[in-house]
Amino acid sequence: MRYLTARKRAEGRGASGTGTEHHWYMTVSAVGLAVMVPTFLYIFGSTLGGSHDEVLATFARPLPAILTGLVLVVGLNHFRRGAQIAIEDYSRGVTRKILLIFVITFTYFLMAAGLFALAKIAL
Amino acid sequence: MVQFTLPKNSKIHTGKTWPKPEGATNVRKFQIYRWNPDDGQNPSVDTYFVDMDTCGPMVLDALIKIKNEIDPTLTFRRSCREGICGSCAMNIDGINTLACIYGMDEIKGDVKIYPLPHMPVVKDLIPDLTHFYAQHASIMPWLETRTNRPQTEWRQSIEDRKKLDGLYECVMCASCSTSCPSYWWNGDKYLGPAALLHAYRWIVDSRDEATGERLDDLEDPFKLYRCHTIMNCAKTCPKGLNPAKAIAHIKKMLVDRVV
Repeated sequence: MRYLTARKRAEGRGASGTGTEHHWYMTVSAVGLAVMVPTFLYIFGSTLGGSHDEVLATFARPLPAILTGLVLVVGLNHFRRGAQIAIEDYSRGVTRKILLIFVITFTYFLMAAGLFALAKIAL
Repeated sequence: MVQFTLPKNSKIHTGKTWPKPEGATNVRKFQIYRWNPDDGQNPSVDTYFVDMDTCGPMVLDALIKIKNEIDPTLTFRRSCREGICGSCAMNIDGINTLACIYGMDEIKGDVKIYPLPHMPVVKDLIPDLTHFYAQHASIMPWLETRTNRPQTEWRQSIEDRKKLDGLYECVMCASCSTSCPSYWWNGDKYLGPAALLHAYRWIVDSRDEATGERLDDLEDPFKLYRCHTIMNCAKTCPKGLNPAKAIAHIKKMLVDRVV
C-alpha cells in the first residue's frame, strides 16, 4: 500500500524516449522476412529427399548460403524482439527480467549455432 | 502477472431473483452484476424481470425502471441519457457500450449487464476510473501555445479543422480502454486507446505549439507501444470512433522524426 496521488501513479515514470526504433525495426524486418522466408522455404524444400552431399552442395552455393544467414540473423532478431514484447505483456517484476534474459541469451545462442553450422557448410 | 482466474473474493455467485411484475405479459429477464463493498460478500448476479410494455427502448431505461420500481439499491452512473456525457458506460451483452444509446432490441435473449471489465469496482456497475482520468490528464488535454495570444481568436483553416473530426467526439466513457487486452495487462503504464486518441487530437491540432513535447512524452515502450493493433477499441466505441487509427498516426509521426 502506497499513498500516491493518481497523477503521480499515472505520470511518475515519465517517458523513456525509446520504442520507436523497436517499432521501426519490427516493421522493416517483417517486410524483409515476408520475402526472405518463402524463398528460403522454397530452397530448403527443394533439398528435401536429396542426398547428404546434394544438400551440402545447395547450401554451399552463394545465394542459398547468404539467404540462410540473413534468415537466421534477421529472423531470430525479429523473434527476440517479438518475444520480448510478449514477455513484457504477460509477466511482471523479477519473472519478467529473468524471462527476458533467458530469451535474449537463447536467441543469440541459436543465431551463433546456426551461423557456425552454415559456415561449416558453405566455407 | 496475467491472471486467468478471478481471486477468491471476486468470484461471482448467483444472487437474488426478484419477483416478476404482476399482470405483465411482455417480460424480459435482466441479469445484473451486484457488489457492495460494505457487506463483505462476494459479487453476485441478481435477476430482475422488467415489463417491457411500460419501459423505454434503451438499456438505461430498463436500469432506471429497475432502480425506481424494483430495487432502489442498484447503483450505476448516468446523466445525459443521449450518449454525450459517457457516464453510463458498462458491459452489456458482452460489449462495452453506453447504456443510454444501446437499444434492447439489439440484444438476443436475457440482458446481461456487468461493469466495465478489468477495472476496480466501486459498487455494482460503477468502476473506479481514477487512474483512467489521471492518464487522460497526463497527456495535457488542452491547447498549449508559446506565441503571444492573438487579439481575436486562434485561427484555423477548414482543412485543419477537419483533421479533428473523429477525435473531438470522444466522451471519455472508457469503453475502449477497458476492452483492450493490453490495457488489462499493463494499464498501470500503458495509456490506453482513449488517452492516446485525445493525445493525438492535440498533436494534430494546427493551433497547438507543443507537438514535439507531446510526442516526447509519448515515446515509451509502455505508454504508447503497448498498442498491438488488436482493434477492440474501434470495434466497441459507442461513438463509432477509431482510437487504433489515431495511435497508428502517432507511431507514424514518431517514425517520421527519426527516419
